[in-house]
Amino acid sequence: MTAMSPDALVLPLCMAVAAGLVGCFAVMRRMTLGADALSHVALPGIGLALVLGANPVLGGVTALVLGTLLVWALEHRTQVPTEAVIGVVFSAALAVGSMLTTGTELIEALFGARRLPGPWETGLGVAAAVLVVAFVLRARHRLVIALVSRDLARTAGVDVARLDLLYLLAFALTVALGLRYLGVLLMGSLIIIPASTARHVARSLNTMFAVAVGISVASTLLGTVGAPLLRVPAGPLIIAIAAGCFLMSLLWRRT
Amino acid sequence: MPDPSAPALVVDGLTVRFGKRTVLEDVSFTVPAGGTLAVIGPNGAGKTVLFKALIDAVPYEGQIRWPPGTRIGYVPQKLDIERDLPITGWDVLRAKATLTGSAPSDVTSVTGLVNLSPEVVAQPVSTLSGGQFQRLLLGFALLGHPSVLLFDEPTAGVDEPGEEGLYDMIARLQDATGLTLLFISHELALVYHRADRVLCLSRGRRPYLGSPIEALTPERLQVMYGTPLRFHDHDGHVA
Repeated sequence: MTAMSPDALVLPLCMAVAAGLVGCFAVMRRMTLGADALSHVALPGIGLALVLGANPVLGGVTALVLGTLLVWALEHRTQVPTEAVIGVVFSAALAVGSMLTTGTELIEALFGARRLPGPWETGLGVAAAVLVVAFVLRARHRLVIALVSRDLARTAGVDVARLDLLYLLAFALTVALGLRYLGVLLMGSLIIIPASTARHVARSLNTMFAVAVGISVASTLLGTVGAPLLRVPAGPLIIAIAAGCFLMSLLWRRT
Repeated sequence: MPDPSAPALVVDGLTVRFGKRTVLEDVSFTVPAGGTLAVIGPNGAGKTVLFKALIDAVPYEGQIRWPPGTRIGYVPQKLDIERDLPITGWDVLRAKATLTGSAPSDVTSVTGLVNLSPEVVAQPVSTLSGGQFQRLLLGFALLGHPSVLLFDEPTAGVDEPGEEGLYDMIARLQDATGLTLLFISHELALVYHRADRVLCLSRGRRPYLGSPIEALTPERLQVMYGTPLRFHDHDGHVA
């Protein structure tokens, strides 16, 4: 299997769809900075897994889930804004992770590796992506109402605290999907940049979903196919293409 | 139609504190099913906090009892919607319709009830005027056939003739469905005409509950607001 074979595209494309959808609510919930920082928590998990000789992706996922639960608990116990909680907890995670992970491993953990995932990793990844996409589509009505007003959401029968937790877990799972391919730094960007672009050009929720997923998938596809031709790593190229779309959207005027 | 003798809401010894500050203290009242209760009082008296306690959005002491199966529609006074949010009025209404199991035709009928055109509902919510947004929120509250409507009236936003129209529409719904209405208002003439009972809240004083004629006397209003206050009802009477 080469980087250009259709099989190799399955996981990155699933990751791109999940990132586009999850990113829409991250951007609308004003989690742009926090969301990026949230992805950093995977780093100490990857580092610890490498030290223990375990699978680094598994270590990253475990750290992400634990970190998400910590953020949710801190937010609901202390009333500190999510942005502040995520900023503090996960900047610290980046510091600890950098000490545990060194050299090439650190670069791969931050920016993604060229190694292809094994069949079980692909299978689990696709299942996780399907789970994230299904959650966002099913929960979109509850997420929209909670976005407009948490009080209105309560009167509509929405358990807002539970919804927050499920959304954060979906976010963490999406970051985990890109750990191998894009790394902890760039995956945060793939979640935020296409959604920010979509927010700029869309006037309704469905259009925002379509534009965010479209840009995320197109950037991933073009980046993956173009990287060997340009002899650059795929991850940074994917993010550069997405960022180019964002810059172009600034020229777009909504009518 | 609900049994008018059965209460739609019983509040007993309700106290709300934020840290060391007591916003509401020992508030008790009952609202009969299908009745209309107006909540009045100066700014900072805890009117909006009372509604937030009723929807369980703030911690409180005391008891708030809704009969089983109560469906609450809540219209908040003000919401800070972020600019440029790509969420249209349809997105918001459809979301509520889905959660309450309402038919798509219900969405169209509530927009008609609150007098919003399809073109306005198709706009992003952040571009709506204050009055349009308030109507959208009222439409949102009415979706799912609420048995109780909590209406925290804006001091600005809905223009006055439009406001009368909204209250007429709510009164028709009350006649047709037995909807119970609790509303907060600064318009004393409106309170005089629309409410069966008036709950007067004032910081540092015991709450007062009575009929509009009992509650809206110049003496009581002066005690409550700390300044002489008169209002003219639409029949030309002066209280």
